[in-house]
Amino acid sequence: MDHGAGKPVDPRVLEAMTPYFTEHYGNPASFHGEGFDALKAVNRAREQVASLIGAEASEIVFTSSATEANNLGIGGATRRFKKKGNRIVLSAIEHISSLNVGKELYREGFEIKYAQVDAEGVVDLGELESLVNDKTVLVSVMAANGEIGTIQPIEEAAEIAHRNDALFHTDATAAAGQIGLETKSVDFMTLSSNDIYGPKGMGALYIKKGLRVKPQILGGGQERGIRSGSENVPGIVGMGAAAAFASAEMDAEGKRLRILRDTLIKGVTESIKESYLNGHPTLRLPNNANIRFSYIEGEALILSLDQLGIKVSSGSACTAKTLEPSHVLRALGLKHEEAHGSLVYTLGKINNGEHIEYVIQQMPEVVGRLRAMSPLTPEEMR
Amino acid sequence: MMYSEKVLDHFRNPRNVGEIEDADGVGSVGNPVCGDVMSIYIKVKDDKIDDIKFKTFGCGAAIATTSMTTELAKGKTLDEAMTITRQDVADELGGLPPVKMHCSNLAADALHEAIENYRGKKK
Repeated sequence: MDHGAGKPVDPRVLEAMTPYFTEHYGNPASFHGEGFDALKAVNRAREQVASLIGAEASEIVFTSSATEANNLGIGGATRRFKKKGNRIVLSAIEHISSLNVGKELYREGFEIKYAQVDAEGVVDLGELESLVNDKTVLVSVMAANGEIGTIQPIEEAAEIAHRNDALFHTDATAAAGQIGLETKSVDFMTLSSNDIYGPKGMGALYIKKGLRVKPQILGGGQERGIRSGSENVPGIVGMGAAAAFASAEMDAEGKRLRILRDTLIKGVTESIKESYLNGHPTLRLPNNANIRFSYIEGEALILSLDQLGIKVSSGSACTAKTLEPSHVLRALGLKHEEAHGSLVYTLGKINNGEHIEYVIQQMPEVVGRLRAMSPLTPEEMR
Repeated sequence: MMYSEKVLDHFRNPRNVGEIEDADGVGSVGNPVCGDVMSIYIKVKDDKIDDIKFKTFGCGAAIATTSMTTELAKGKTLDEAMTITRQDVADELGGLPPVKMHCSNLAADALHEAIENYRGKKK
């Protein structure tokens, strides 16, 4: 139940990709049959990815990852349109790649403002409005947060940006394939391949027709000059196939996952005292449950659950390279010690009702064992 | 992040978990804000650690290092126990991931504090 960290490639996606490693190995730039085949495959994939978000194929630029797409979307657009001003506004719970692009832009002389979120993780539109001014080049608010699952009001956020003639970028890494997305109000959108059961090492940036970004990788002018380097044809084909399956299956899969998610949240929080849902109860990705447990620490929970065959993740500092708990949980207003005890369950295609029942059944004992060991647990809970 | 088998063993089967109600010395280190709190309780007899128990809030390494510290200290004289270092604890566990060396390996300090607490009371 740790699909936020990595997903298996859908076997049907792998099947679509395989011939492009060995049989159809042509370079889309070549003027012969092999090259044409590769070009056709890339164009088809571009249409498939575009259609997942209601865009046109010409608006999709393939990248090596969602991280690269965030760099290109936020950094590339801000640098390209810097004449407009020197401010960019990000939500406080953006992915680390977006936040680090913000820090780099700060070093380059831009002013970075962070819009806070409420206790359930929804970006504060009033605050956003107050931060966006006529010097603002770009606003970025993610479509949904992968850690706490909260779905963001991106249309309203985009409207605020556009009222101030600022560009609007959204990171849809966690949202794509989970909820319906459209690009009508969005100027740039980041997409991830692995998050929709495509291969790792692939992402894409939607760039609204008529807009340009400053390229970061220079070379032979592939991807309309925006992202040079010979196309990763098998990867692109894989992301395209994954997008096509996501478009076709998202509604049914979303319905299924929502039931599992809600069963899990209810089952765990009702059977364990002082356990609480992080994030929003309904404005929530179908696959995400993030629950915090008082008096214990997340990594110890992960290790305990791993022994039982349950794979989960945590916003705890102790699982991170830094010693800080997740900036997302902190942005919700949680204290450090509350954030430390959080677990993230991200459900996927392989999960079923039995898995959920098993987790609900195992959690009380795992939590109880660690609480019995913890000096913070109050006497009456032991 | 990989833990040694020994760390995992001490995490899964921690030795000497609990509290001693009438402890002769108690030591507590860490801070819930940082994600680690270790408390060590000792009973002293003939200047030796006769019984020792611990409670830990923290990650797998925090629990394993406290467990190992109590095992190393049990039966030792107070002077011997005072020489147990964080490094000794890490070595006995077959090493710790570098990031855990300073954040989660505080149990030796809790042990020393418990001994000092006992010695302070005696004076």
